[in-house]
Amino acid sequence: MDWMASLQGLVGGVLIGLSAVWLMGALGRIAGISGIIGNLITQRPQGDSAWRLAFLVGLISGPLLVMALGGGLGNVADAPGSVIGAPAGGVPLMLVAGLLVGLGTGLGSGCTSGHGVCGLARLSTRSMAATGVFLLVAIATVYVTHHVIGGGA
Amino acid sequence: MSEISKRTHAVKNRGVVKIAAGYLAGLLFGLGLAISGMTDPARVIGFLDVAGAWDPTLMFVLGGAVVTAFVGYRVVFARGEPLFSGSFQLPTKQTLDGKLLGGAALFGIGWGLSGYCPGPAIASVGGLSIPLLALLIAMVAGWFIAKRIS
Repeated sequence: MDWMASLQGLVGGVLIGLSAVWLMGALGRIAGISGIIGNLITQRPQGDSAWRLAFLVGLISGPLLVMALGGGLGNVADAPGSVIGAPAGGVPLMLVAGLLVGLGTGLGSGCTSGHGVCGLARLSTRSMAATGVFLLVAIATVYVTHHVIGGGA
Repeated sequence: MSEISKRTHAVKNRGVVKIAAGYLAGLLFGLGLAISGMTDPARVIGFLDVAGAWDPTLMFVLGGAVVTAFVGYRVVFARGEPLFSGSFQLPTKQTLDGKLLGGAALFGIGWGLSGYCPGPAIASVGGLSIPLLALLIAMVAGWFIAKRIS
């Protein structure tokens, strides 16, 4: 096991947890990305866009800041000096995947952050069920695409 | 008049404070994703690939985040109300339904195919490529469709 990657994972996870705690403590909101950004873009709650937009800018500036400070952390796919890995698949695969991610998190009211972090921390039954389902389905999907079809797509 | 302008000033400050609070939350989240390696879809797929060369990193990320949020939420909820907002806005729905589970399943397929959930996909805009752009556009289209059929 790569202990350095695990340690970085733990540190990054604690930061994500602190983000969730801060957003709840400051604004009373769940730090779910699909909810925050999805609602910002589809304009559901009127007059509540400013902090969502600021959150979006912060989210994008995080990795850029890490890269500016030296980067190279945690990345397995891309060149050293970068913390942002490139998609392994091409445009058609990413279009299908993106549509499923948007549709699924929209219908299912959350993603890995809203259900997987905030929901589990609140001991929400719905979030536990959703997290179990998307984790198992994602594992099955990777199994099928990597070990049943082709082998190493 | 001075009373009114004072009040307007307070409201304006509140708006700025909310924006600053939102930015800080986003920044912490983005830093967390980058430091943990979750902005690299190969690392995420490595975790989901239990039959391959399994990469446990995401387990540490999720564990660290959930434990921190679990403890922190208790502190925050004990205070009774948020610092810069009227009340906590928590989901009230309790029941498991087809929309929740079906949506989670669709998301699981998309996550497994690409290695991207919404956070890392958006946080990676700084390293934008054509395939990532395609994913982001399709994801936004998915959100609009979900809103339309909900």
